[in-house]
Amino acid sequence: MSAEPGTPSAPGSSTVPDPSAVSDPSAGEAISRDEVAHLARLARLAVTDEELDVFAGQLDVILGSVARVGEVAAEDIPPTSHAVPLQNVFRQDVRRPGLSQEQALSGAPAAEEGRFRVPRILGEEA
Amino acid sequence: MSTPTLIEFDDVVARFDPMLGLEVHVELSTNTKMFCGCPTEFGAEPNTQVCPTCLGMPGALPVVNRTAVESAIRIGLALNCSIAPWGRFARKNYFYPDMPKNFQTSQYDEPIAVDGWLDVELDDGTIVRVEIERAHMEEDTGKSLHVGGATGRIHGAEYSLLDYNRAGVPLIEIVTKMIPDTGARAPEVARAYVTQLRDLVKSLGVSDVRMDQGSMRCDVNLSLSPKGSGVLGTRSETKNVNSLRSVERAVRYEMSRHAGVLLDGGTVVQETRHFEEQSGSTRAGRIKETSEDYRYFPEPDLVPIAPTPEWVEELRGTLPELPWERRKRISAEWGLTAEELRDLVNAGALDLIEATVAAGAPAGEARSWWVAYLTQQANTAGVPLEELAITPAQVARVIELVTSGELNNKLARQVVDGVLAGEGSPDEVVESRGLKVVSDDGALIAAVDEALAAQPDVAEKIRGGKVAAAGAIVGAVMKATKGQADAKRVRELIIERCG
Amino acid sequence: MSSDLTRLDAATLAEKIHSREVSAVEAAQAHLDRIAAVEGDVHAFLHVAGESALESAALVDASIAAGTAPASPLAGVPLALKDVFATIDMPTTCGSRILEGWRPPYDATLTSRLRAAGITILGKTNMDEFAMGSSTEYSAYGPTHNPWALDRIAGGSGGGSAAALAAFEAPLAIGTDTGGSIRQPAAVTGTVGVKPTYGGVSRYGLVACASSLDQGGPCARTVLDAALLHEVIAGHDPLDSTSIDAPVPAVVEAARLGATGDLSGLRVGVVRELGGEGYQPGVRASFDAALRRLEKLGAEVVEVSCPHFEYGLAAYYLILPSEVSSNLARFDAMRYGLRVEKGASAEEVMAATREAGFGPEVKRRIILGTYALSSGYYDAYYGQAQKVRTLISRDFAAAFAQVDVLVSPTAPTTAFPIGEKIDDPLAMYLNDLATIPTNLAGVAGMSVPSGLAEEDGLPVGLQIMAPALGEAVMYRVGAAFEAARNADESGPLIARIPELEVAAR
Repeated sequence: MSAEPGTPSAPGSSTVPDPSAVSDPSAGEAISRDEVAHLARLARLAVTDEELDVFAGQLDVILGSVARVGEVAAEDIPPTSHAVPLQNVFRQDVRRPGLSQEQALSGAPAAEEGRFRVPRILGEEA
Repeated sequence: MSTPTLIEFDDVVARFDPMLGLEVHVELSTNTKMFCGCPTEFGAEPNTQVCPTCLGMPGALPVVNRTAVESAIRIGLALNCSIAPWGRFARKNYFYPDMPKNFQTSQYDEPIAVDGWLDVELDDGTIVRVEIERAHMEEDTGKSLHVGGATGRIHGAEYSLLDYNRAGVPLIEIVTKMIPDTGARAPEVARAYVTQLRDLVKSLGVSDVRMDQGSMRCDVNLSLSPKGSGVLGTRSETKNVNSLRSVERAVRYEMSRHAGVLLDGGTVVQETRHFEEQSGSTRAGRIKETSEDYRYFPEPDLVPIAPTPEWVEELRGTLPELPWERRKRISAEWGLTAEELRDLVNAGALDLIEATVAAGAPAGEARSWWVAYLTQQANTAGVPLEELAITPAQVARVIELVTSGELNNKLARQVVDGVLAGEGSPDEVVESRGLKVVSDDGALIAAVDEALAAQPDVAEKIRGGKVAAAGAIVGAVMKATKGQADAKRVRELIIERCG
Repeated sequence: MSSDLTRLDAATLAEKIHSREVSAVEAAQAHLDRIAAVEGDVHAFLHVAGESALESAALVDASIAAGTAPASPLAGVPLALKDVFATIDMPTTCGSRILEGWRPPYDATLTSRLRAAGITILGKTNMDEFAMGSSTEYSAYGPTHNPWALDRIAGGSGGGSAAALAAFEAPLAIGTDTGGSIRQPAAVTGTVGVKPTYGGVSRYGLVACASSLDQGGPCARTVLDAALLHEVIAGHDPLDSTSIDAPVPAVVEAARLGATGDLSGLRVGVVRELGGEGYQPGVRASFDAALRRLEKLGAEVVEVSCPHFEYGLAAYYLILPSEVSSNLARFDAMRYGLRVEKGASAEEVMAATREAGFGPEVKRRIILGTYALSSGYYDAYYGQAQKVRTLISRDFAAAFAQVDVLVSPTAPTTAFPIGEKIDDPLAMYLNDLATIPTNLAGVAGMSVPSGLAEEDGLPVGLQIMAPALGEAVMYRVGAAFEAARNADESGPLIARIPELEVAAR
């Protein structure tokens, strides 16, 4: 419904496989087992080897099918990101009651000193 | 980790051209967060300023804070940016425990303000135009506390504790274009830019811009290219630069470090580094196994923002006099040189003096009080000038009392001391300490006669026309009246009595 | 007495409650008894809240006894709520292990509206994990069985809500429809399901599957009941930025008007691309008969073409997983839900928890979405899918310029045997072929029972689609069709459902 100009284009799109290759089923498998493993890591899924075997096959079939979107000539077509053409929906800068500390922590696997307790965080200091 | 080779700063600038870029995050001081109705105040008990939305609970949805958008537009306008007529928020996807949804809602390639500039004035009056690439809205993360291990730092910690009070606080990220041709002045330019940006944002009233509390944070991007080559070097991004002085030090350190790497025949690694306040150095962050891919896509839970020209113009109308315009005006009105004005700014006295003038005091007197006696008192007490326990209106009243002759300068200082000591208003201090100038001629004549009688030789000299000798008698009278006499009147009376 | 109450439609039951012929507590108890009797076979519910249901019903009775007007036309009527809406007094699991036992500290807007309307919430219904699936077999808590044939699927993702209606465990239910999750279960269980216009019903507190496609909606055994429930749950919500700030279409009035049985002057479009090959013969036959019936009611039936619908499935299975991969990132064992203490770091615990807490379909879609959004693939996949979305919206716009509503079979097949498609994701996805385009375009759609397929005697659904906020005409057509069908077949389709064996209590 809403036709909107512009869409975030992925950064670094020049460094990746030719999109026509992925939409062409004859170009071989759409996705490799290694790629699936990499994606699972990105998505924080500690998948098993057996799962990888199964998923790689299934995702290859699914991707082969969804790649059909590439058959549509849509170069000049604006992308739709939202189903209804609304814009400028705001709220006034007025406080609303939130949760108490107890409610906030009520579902926490672990808590300490009013805070969520989590295993040690690797990575950078924020 | 090997210690980096650092090159002397003079050597660095002799052989390389620095390219500088600055990313400044400003936390807005709105009543509520970017996407929910939770308060934004600093320092509350952990997890007491949270709701399903800012905790990223299943099902909760964001709604944009109108005031935050207006603040972003006002910052954009003050930085001479164009305001985008249409734009969406995007999701920046990555996992990190201090980010409740594991994506940050941020404007990505559709920022609200683009292509502006800020003219930055250096200490010697040189103006450097810093081009602004963009200013965009996003949300802050929560805070983690690392427990166990030696330092409370992330490395070696046993576990972490998370507080999401800060999660979702509105942030405006202001990104400069690369600032070329700064040479040896790169550190100074960086500091001056951040300082001026801070003053600007503060004048807009949209943030308290306290670097010490994290409501303004700076990342420094730096690369070097061999002098005159125009070949862009690899840049480093230094985070955690949390004071104006650190901005300058971080740039200086990174220039020396980059030069060291390059002159050793190495290559600079494109990486994120952290500034360490104590040593003034930077250290590398953890090397990531996989390159960043934030998988941005338009935030489906929020609809586009399309500021109408009318709205933008209305907001433009709310911009206050900008700091540099104000300085220009004040210089002219008060007859100050650029240097004098800068001293006032650096002393943090400009606002106070202006308020004192607004309360009715002459500019010269107001300035003199604040930069001399009050600055001394502030230094002695070890507090910033604006935290002294006296208001500009009270200073103006003291000046008024001096002008009208009810106080002399010495008494006025005592009145100020009383106010600072919490004894009340200037008038109350005058009353309670009994500090009125004695200008009652009767009492003064008696004191003058007494002094003349006590020093007949001096009296003789005065009668003989040596008016300068009157000083000794004035001194005696002042002493006798404990400084409360009006010295000018005393002198007049002495001459009268000897005439 | 009790068992009779469970056979009533909601409108009739409400009348009896409001006239104090029966109490809301009796109505609630009758349905709780029925649940206890048949749940072992059907497994429509993940949580039954007997105590709070009776308490809430008692409040309605007290209020009516005090002479207060009922809070809504449905006050006192029991309802089954899909376990994807946050409820402060019941667990909310979304059919997933990762949220097992999670009690939200807040109510969804829809939940609050049900409570404010005096509707008795019996419990939370089974669903495919995070609403991903077309058979409810991907629920972590076991599949729901179709009350028409217990070895068959009840559809999905909202199989629990639809089965609860068909098994007379509740006269009303709430579903969510991302690609057909209300309409397809309605079709395969011989019940009514409505996907309102996107933005018509608040999503605040609806645990997201795909944010730009999800829409909560009413499920019932009659069109009028669905309309009554629609008016309770619909309307603007300032907590949902995508909520439409406009009056709720007068669907109850439209349903009553439709039931009078005249559709003359109305143009009905048959979507050429949603039919023919790939559709079960019995489904096609039932659909053809439905068209004949619509003509008999005075409607003009014409064929229209929506050429880009054939790309709908592909676009959907790119957009949905992309949004899913981001929406489900929050389930990370830090703040709520499951935590698997495997590994020393937060990162390892996250990955171990997500691995253990998500089922295979959720993982597949997360991986697929992570792929589709990756730098480099974005333009070819997600970006291109969004363009196809635009084209599908344009197809709808062009079609609605010619006709008032569009129709198609709701699903290509009747209920298939449990287990048949569980390891063939692509075959499973094909169930949504006809329902997906409405979600992509944000327009309204509903499924009403059209008959039984000759070859298997299982229910078939007629899908009726209308423009955004065009629900009134959709309900009118649905009610007219339902009335005509009931008249021709001497009673509602649901009356022909085989009796379930009632467990000894």
